[in-house]
Amino acid sequence: MANQVDEPMMVDGRVDSPGGSWPDRWNHVKKMLERAGPFAHPDFEPSPETIQFMLEVCKILVIGAGGLGCELLKDLALMGFRNIHVIDMDKIDVSNLNRQFLFRPKDVGKPKAETAAEFVNTRVPGCRVTPHYAKIQDFDGEFYRQFHIIVCGLDSILARRWMNGMVLSLINYEEDGSVDQSSIIPLIDGGTEGFKGNARVILPGITACMDCTLELYPPQVTYPMCTIAHTPRLPEHCIEWVRILLWPQEKPFGDNGKPREEREDIGIDGDDPAHVKWIYDKALERAEKYGISGVTYRLTQGVVKHIIPAVASTNAVIAASCATEVFKIATSCCNPLNNYMVFNDTEGLYTYTFEAEKKEDCLACSQVPQKFTFAPSAKLKDVIQYLCDNAATQMKAPGVTAIVDGRNKTLYMQTVESIEKRTRDNLTKTLEELGLADGQELVVADSTTPQSVIFKLNLSP
Amino acid sequence: MAATGAGKTMDKEKKYDRQLRLWGDHGQAALEASRVCLVNVTATGTETLKNLILPGIGWFTIIDGGKVTGEDVGNNFFLERDSIGKSRAEVATECLLELNSDVRGDFIDENPEHLLEANPEFFRSFSCVIAAQMPERTLLSLASVLWNYGIPLLVCRSYGLIGYMRVVVKEHTVIESHPDNAHSDLRLDRPFPALAAYVDAVDMDSLSKKDHSHTPFPVILLKNLIQWRKEHEGNMPKNYKEKGVFKEMVRKGMWENEEGPGEPEENFEEAIRHTNTALVPTRIPSEIQTLFEDEGCRNLNAESSDFFVMTKALKEFAENEGKGALPVRGAIPDMFADSERYIQLQNIYRDQAKQDASVVASRVTQILSSIGRPSHCISEEAIRLFCRNAAFLRVVRTRSLEEEYNPEKACVNEMGVQLENPDSEITLYIMLRAVDKFQQQYGRYPGYYDDQVEADIPKLKACMCGLLQEWSLSPYIKDEYVHEMCRYGGSELHSVAAFMGGAAAQEVIKLVTKQFVPFNNTYIYNAMNSSSATYTL
Ligand SMILES: [Zn+2]
Repeated sequence: MANQVDEPMMVDGRVDSPGGSWPDRWNHVKKMLERAGPFAHPDFEPSPETIQFMLEVCKILVIGAGGLGCELLKDLALMGFRNIHVIDMDKIDVSNLNRQFLFRPKDVGKPKAETAAEFVNTRVPGCRVTPHYAKIQDFDGEFYRQFHIIVCGLDSILARRWMNGMVLSLINYEEDGSVDQSSIIPLIDGGTEGFKGNARVILPGITACMDCTLELYPPQVTYPMCTIAHTPRLPEHCIEWVRILLWPQEKPFGDNGKPREEREDIGIDGDDPAHVKWIYDKALERAEKYGISGVTYRLTQGVVKHIIPAVASTNAVIAASCATEVFKIATSCCNPLNNYMVFNDTEGLYTYTFEAEKKEDCLACSQVPQKFTFAPSAKLKDVIQYLCDNAATQMKAPGVTAIVDGRNKTLYMQTVESIEKRTRDNLTKTLEELGLADGQELVVADSTTPQSVIFKLNLSP
Repeated sequence: MAATGAGKTMDKEKKYDRQLRLWGDHGQAALEASRVCLVNVTATGTETLKNLILPGIGWFTIIDGGKVTGEDVGNNFFLERDSIGKSRAEVATECLLELNSDVRGDFIDENPEHLLEANPEFFRSFSCVIAAQMPERTLLSLASVLWNYGIPLLVCRSYGLIGYMRVVVKEHTVIESHPDNAHSDLRLDRPFPALAAYVDAVDMDSLSKKDHSHTPFPVILLKNLIQWRKEHEGNMPKNYKEKGVFKEMVRKGMWENEEGPGEPEENFEEAIRHTNTALVPTRIPSEIQTLFEDEGCRNLNAESSDFFVMTKALKEFAENEGKGALPVRGAIPDMFADSERYIQLQNIYRDQAKQDASVVASRVTQILSSIGRPSHCISEEAIRLFCRNAAFLRVVRTRSLEEEYNPEKACVNEMGVQLENPDSEITLYIMLRAVDKFQQQYGRYPGYYDDQVEADIPKLKACMCGLLQEWSLSPYIKDEYVHEMCRYGGSELHSVAAFMGGAAAQEVIKLVTKQFVPFNNTYIYNAMNSSSATYTL
């Protein structure tokens, strides 16, 4: 990738140009790039052109401008990458300031992507970070195709899987079924929780993808509804009772002047202290009734907002790992991580590196048609439930379409209200009643992937 | 919840929310009371400070006598282009202070070597000192000063694609080590009287179907265990086979009436799942046994730390009232049960824990007066925290840097064993030591100048062989490593520095909060393949 510069560029480090450079600026990086190394990638050729490629040509996309994103932008800019785009849909919150170091108290409420880009562009002269205050789903394949490498610093598995699906959709295949190497956009992904983290390199179509290793991401902790409703034992059970059962019933803050039936159901806003306080007070009442101790405001907020503990140090470590991999892949100066690293520094300091394996029948990256087997008497809701619960699919709100009698027929779709109403009755119908035959292809759409997945239905009594 | 009276306190509560969930308000207080010193402004050094300032250390001081160069600004986020030629310590301090208005900091624009000679006392005021990229000789003299003061030192550097860290601390004790997966402490093999009485009072046969299926699993297991021991001369199920029979016995207890068995009961399933861990005999962990024999515990005197006073009391408890066990921890896991009986059971464990802790507390009082300290200078709360963590206490004592660098005391065996794998990270440690030898001899890093890379390779190799000879180790290190080190030429890549800065900050946080466990004592990060290793050297 390093030798694609056609036109001669201004040589950095010789003149103090308005472009923002100065003598010796890239000395550290240049030693790696202009000298041969016994452990370099076989394609590596020491050359002053490599840094020019990084400075002028190489385009990097950073997803997320939060804990990992801020670190990534700084790391990449100081390694010599200048064409950087960053996407983030969030605004800055006070609780970000303990680690998202590109933000100051005066920035609270501003979009993260814009503030982060502005800071880095000012601090690192010549760097051009382009911010996008948007969702990743707002962009299409054409947009994503312009980047050489994509780095993810996200806290959502859903968004990771969507990005994974996107880079997979950009791969072209040769006639013999092999992957067209030039269509591969490496995806580097980092994640942290407290003092633990992981970094991985995904070469779409070549190495294990996000969905190949879905089992590594445990599903979110949930408590059984009967425990919450009838036999609370932990403070968390009391908080969940208020959040799930009492709130929709009481409809607080939905114009308290009116009787309950006429009040509007205002959704819970975890950032509204009045909402959290209300839940805390009610949870405390319930806990006292059962003799449960440990309901605190902090715990209430944690449960309501699904807060994951986070600290600057772990973010720094994981983002740095990812940035090093971007540097290695962009320049070939060293072999990339193959392909997964986990980190933990609770007791001592520990890393473990392994090769996550590509799954033969991966939902996202294999060319193998997906199959599932149901009895003709199974109901459509069983199919939906399966798609959500099965460890290999873990979908959120799948919509199912089938071709019945030559016509495209939406069997169920939850995400569009009018269609949901129209198709709701299908949920309790059996597959037989819906006219589905053995070998039928079902097209499943879900927020975990930008592309629909086709399942072949195997009906067996 | 912490006090949130003043507006400022509330802000901190919000700002630090995500980390307070990790180390609590008391951890935060310790962090805010700490004073950290950074010697030399490198990218690794400022990144480390950044990750300490963001979570809110109290105070930092930077010592560096150098001026900012173009190369420095190139890899350091806390130096600016306009600052080239100015004091490195001053510029870095200003840029870093912007990160958190709750943190104070200052700088000393002076060569650390001079400061060390002229005023070693200066270093006494710090909770921890971080040394970034220091020449070997200065580093050793700093280390020896701090060793004598008992102040922890963290050496941290990035070199090309390699990171190095060394913790130097005479003694560091940890009460809250926050183990990742600790077994629960249910004492089913040796039920205390209140637990035995509670379980004895439950008559499973007379329970309604609903109550039967909501009986907490420890009750079920303990009832079966008592029955089993009656039938097996007081022994517990020992081997795989017996445990299988025991589980079958538990399973038979599921609800049944004239029409036969009902649905499998979730609490019984849970009991069967927990059988193996619940049957592990209650023991004092080997780390704690070792701690009981520790010199700090054996030779108590007026200077002894609270930690060892409490450890001694713990030991006495285990040998007397505890009958060979530590105090009951008091926490039980969530389980399938009705609220009422879960809370009852929880209270039984909690009360016992409280009772055990108060026995330990009275022993602490006795010990304190026997060594001539005020008898209530350790709070009840501190003792309860200590008892809750009794199975997870840790003491970290590293070797001094002086010992490590003395060829006669070096851990030659450890290095020899590790070197059997030619690609082990120990190779990188030895290469870094060789690089320092080179630097001492030639006044620059090998490969610093582009036109001397090739010529420096044999010179560095000679330094490496010299070291191995001092240690009487056979010179088996691949030439590739010598070459790669010359390629680096002393460069500090920002992403490697950022990795090390994150890891180093976390170790400092461990040292000043006394929570979590620092590594002992050398950490090598190999960014070439994203691996790392810890050695005790
Ligand atoms: Zn896959």
